[in-house]
Amino acid sequence: MSNVPNDLKYAKSHEWVRDEEDGTVVIGITEHAQELLGDLVFVELPEVGDTVDAGSECAVVESVKAASDVYSPVSGEVIAVNEVLADAPETVNQDAFGDGWLFQVKLSDPAQLEDLLDAEAYTDIMESEEH
Amino acid sequence: MPFIPHTEDEVQEMLAAIGAASIDELFDEIPDSLKLSQLDAIPTALSEMEITHLMAKRAQQDGEPTCFIGAGAYDHHIPAAVWQLTTRGEFYTAYTPYQAEASQGTLQLLYEFQSMMVALTGMDVSNASLYDGASALAEAVLMSVRANRKSKSKRVLMPRTVHPAYRRVVRNIVKNQQIELVELPFDPQTGVTDPACLAQYAGEDFAALVIPQPNFFGVMEDVDALTDWAHENGTLAIGVVNPIALALLKPPGLWGEAGADICCGEGQPLGAPLASGGPYFGFLCCKQAQVRQMPGRIIGRTLDLDGKVGYTLTLQAREQHIRRSKATSNICTNQGLMVTAATIHMALLGTEGLERAAAASYQNTQKLVDALTAVPGVEVLFDQPAFHERVLRLPAPAKGVLRSLAAHNVLGGFDLSGDYPELGDAILVCATEKRTDEEIETYAQKLERVIQLQGGVTCGLVPKE
Amino acid sequence: MLIFEQSKPGRKATAQAPLNRADVSAIPEQFRRKQSAALPEVSEMQAVRHYTRLSRKNFSIDTQFYPLGSCTMKYNPRACNSLASLPGLVSRHPQAPASHSQGFMACLFELQEMLREVTGMKAVSLSPAAGAQGEFAGVAMIRAYHDARGDTARCEILAPDAAHGTNPATAVMCGYKVREIPTGPDGDVDLEALKAVVGPQTAGIMLTNPSTLGVFDRKIEAIAKTVHEAGGLLYYDGANLNAILGKVRPGTMGFDVIHMNLHKTFSTPHGGGGPGAGPVGVSERLIPYLPVPMVAKDGDEYQWITENERPESIGRLTAFAGNAGVLLRAYIYARMLGREGMPRVAEYSTLNANYMLKQLQSVGFQAAYPQRRATHEFIITLKKQAKELGVNTMDFAKRLLDYGFHAPTTYFPLLVPECLLIEPTETEDKATLDDFIDAMRSILEEATVDPELVKGAPYTLPVKRLDDVKAARELDLAWMPVVE
Repeated sequence: MSNVPNDLKYAKSHEWVRDEEDGTVVIGITEHAQELLGDLVFVELPEVGDTVDAGSECAVVESVKAASDVYSPVSGEVIAVNEVLADAPETVNQDAFGDGWLFQVKLSDPAQLEDLLDAEAYTDIMESEEH
Repeated sequence: MPFIPHTEDEVQEMLAAIGAASIDELFDEIPDSLKLSQLDAIPTALSEMEITHLMAKRAQQDGEPTCFIGAGAYDHHIPAAVWQLTTRGEFYTAYTPYQAEASQGTLQLLYEFQSMMVALTGMDVSNASLYDGASALAEAVLMSVRANRKSKSKRVLMPRTVHPAYRRVVRNIVKNQQIELVELPFDPQTGVTDPACLAQYAGEDFAALVIPQPNFFGVMEDVDALTDWAHENGTLAIGVVNPIALALLKPPGLWGEAGADICCGEGQPLGAPLASGGPYFGFLCCKQAQVRQMPGRIIGRTLDLDGKVGYTLTLQAREQHIRRSKATSNICTNQGLMVTAATIHMALLGTEGLERAAAASYQNTQKLVDALTAVPGVEVLFDQPAFHERVLRLPAPAKGVLRSLAAHNVLGGFDLSGDYPELGDAILVCATEKRTDEEIETYAQKLERVIQLQGGVTCGLVPKE
Repeated sequence: MLIFEQSKPGRKATAQAPLNRADVSAIPEQFRRKQSAALPEVSEMQAVRHYTRLSRKNFSIDTQFYPLGSCTMKYNPRACNSLASLPGLVSRHPQAPASHSQGFMACLFELQEMLREVTGMKAVSLSPAAGAQGEFAGVAMIRAYHDARGDTARCEILAPDAAHGTNPATAVMCGYKVREIPTGPDGDVDLEALKAVVGPQTAGIMLTNPSTLGVFDRKIEAIAKTVHEAGGLLYYDGANLNAILGKVRPGTMGFDVIHMNLHKTFSTPHGGGGPGAGPVGVSERLIPYLPVPMVAKDGDEYQWITENERPESIGRLTAFAGNAGVLLRAYIYARMLGREGMPRVAEYSTLNANYMLKQLQSVGFQAAYPQRRATHEFIITLKKQAKELGVNTMDFAKRLLDYGFHAPTTYFPLLVPECLLIEPTETEDKATLDDFIDAMRSILEEATVDPELVKGAPYTLPVKRLDDVKAARELDLAWMPVVE
């Protein structure tokens, strides 16, 4: 069973959200998601300055045999992307919740954070998908 | 039973194993109301001998006229070894190399093909083929709209000097995605894209500018200026090129300051026979930055478990079998066998051979133009640097002249009056390295006689009705 | 070793090019290339030996059983190639006038007619270059039909979840949104789910029948009725036409438009990935939109039908008449089969598939749809083996290569876990099928006793398993000359 840190929020579509408590959040995909995909070979990120809507596709993570859209769990403006992933997509496999973060968003509606799942609820979803 | 090896005993054994009384029983899940009883409109079977007679008759019926038509398909010499090797069963009857370990022959060959196309075009990467030149241009246009992140317009500049059939195909393929093709006129004096006309679009939002070299009239466009204009205006440059001409001409990767972003074209001149228009193959090359927007199969070099070099399909996540509705294209089967022929063709000719074939085609076309313009009333349009095609204006209706020439077993050229009525009785002629001095002389003699017979018009500029 | 690595600059051993180098100095320098393209410089023998050796690193129908599901890897008769390559046919320029094309056009016309009859459609165009382009033509015609009626609110194409990836990709290329329809537990389309989503937004549905699950959808008439009543059209993906050739016609099932894969059903060579040919057939109401060119017969004379004669056509999709040489090969094959041979194709391919399925079940493999008849192909799932032995479908596939068989299609359709889609075709004899079944049984034993053996396969091929991840991460897509 994959690790699901308690200090993060989650979306059903397997993204995690870390509240930086300065009106911005950092977003990535969960360890479970990277396990399902296998070795990542490419990550396509949004551009800094792009506006993203909650639930909209804004990045793609690609393995040899699959490509999966990443949906932004929140709305706002992209203020940073993880440049390291351009040359080292495997960082997501190695450290999905840390160095393998994807992008950072300045929230336009901080209340959206309330709608996200906590670690327990996400674990339930993960388990139900496995059966 | 042709091609079916079963004996009656075997059929019975197999049915017994299945537990069915008859072969018909195997279709018992199909509703009876749907089943078909006969195929009246299909003739009864022919033996190999009978079909051989029939096909020999039909092939003979079409004759083997001397061909001075180019217009997108070129009659080059194909070395004997090309198709002897290409039709080896191991190439001819394999399929897409999904099982890489059992397909290293095809995969390495495709990697060599990609490398050869990169060498010819000066681009960074090549795919492993598309259907033909026209559909390759359509894919290049779609690709440019995806790749040009700065552009929001879905508009592409398309010169009228691009092959008319290519322009139709592009329109037919891209129109359902709301992509707008904006036509650029050509200069009636020079036959190249009018630079003055580009100025009016400066600063507007276009995803790409298409640049043919040589263009449909055989004439050279100012590719450096066009490429630079595109880049100054935030527009991608798409080259449409002839691979034989590239043996002599500046490769798209070096056009202007930064080179074209995408280039494509018809691969037929590299080892594919004319064969009524297909199968040919389209090629598509691009800069490294665009590789993930490229449609079609791509082969990569890698290592096996023992560290030995091997080849495999790569970047498959772009493709329909993985990405489904979000794929770069719906293409699946491409033109693998034609690429096999092209790769062997390029290996046999090599750098020197391809250059000689290109130079001889250039020279023969010059000879052809000299011979034909010696006929009274025949003149060259667009007296500009050209490769192996030329536009000639005739002093008699082009259609009638070409028909009479065909009756004398000379295919005299492509009639331009349908696509470019403003040019009058103009035809596009071509002489590859295969045309002999004698054939050129014969054409000139016949042309002179035909024009005389068609009324002997003295003024060469009678407008077409 | 690459051909480039055998090259020596200045070798100039070519006998295939003109003897002399013509003067091109009249071409202004600004247009010319300054440095020659770095193509290989080898002798004819070096090239012949190199590519002959490469060919021997391939599996092919001519050398191995190739039961690749959904690809119909049947024998490609030699006569089809030699006769399509007769000088008058192979040297014909695509712009040659109809006066010099009557023999060629007669073949195309008769092929159109034969395909029309065997599919039960009202008219056929041969011009699409491959199955996916045939699909494009089909969906573009559906769109043209709705647009011509001013019925422009139809923005959605339906496709089952088991569909080929080309189906949704094509719908998007034609400007549609795609909605997936689930498959029921018996392998047929879930009719209730379909009924719930059809409506005024439905432009059409894309179906393969028999489906990619290797079963014939028994409710096809009800599906057709449901979609037609909602104003949508039915598209038939002809990938599996081999299974029903001469037995059932898509036209009778209620389809409005169909594409065929001549490189599957009509035995033209697969060529290491093409060329194919993807003719389309249509019902009455779609005739005006068929792609051009087509061939018509007027008295004894054959004529081209182009954009001029068919202003409502979706137009041409390649510069000329599609993959003409492939069409000729299919024509020759169809004439050799004749009226009597066509149903046999379906009969014996179905016999072979059902026999293999039964025998594989008897040696311990699980059918994905054990309660159903196989069509010309079937699915086994190795879910149990993957779970219990840790040996997955890819391992089985790779080990089959060591036994001298090309692997079946793996991991497709996506909705059956750990699946092999197996299509033997009618041209394989019983002994070959038995050998394959023996190999599968033997691999199952190996997987039980020594799973590592199977997981490390293949061992007998030119390379061992390749590092796909490295290939995608460190892209090496072209050989570059070593800079000295």
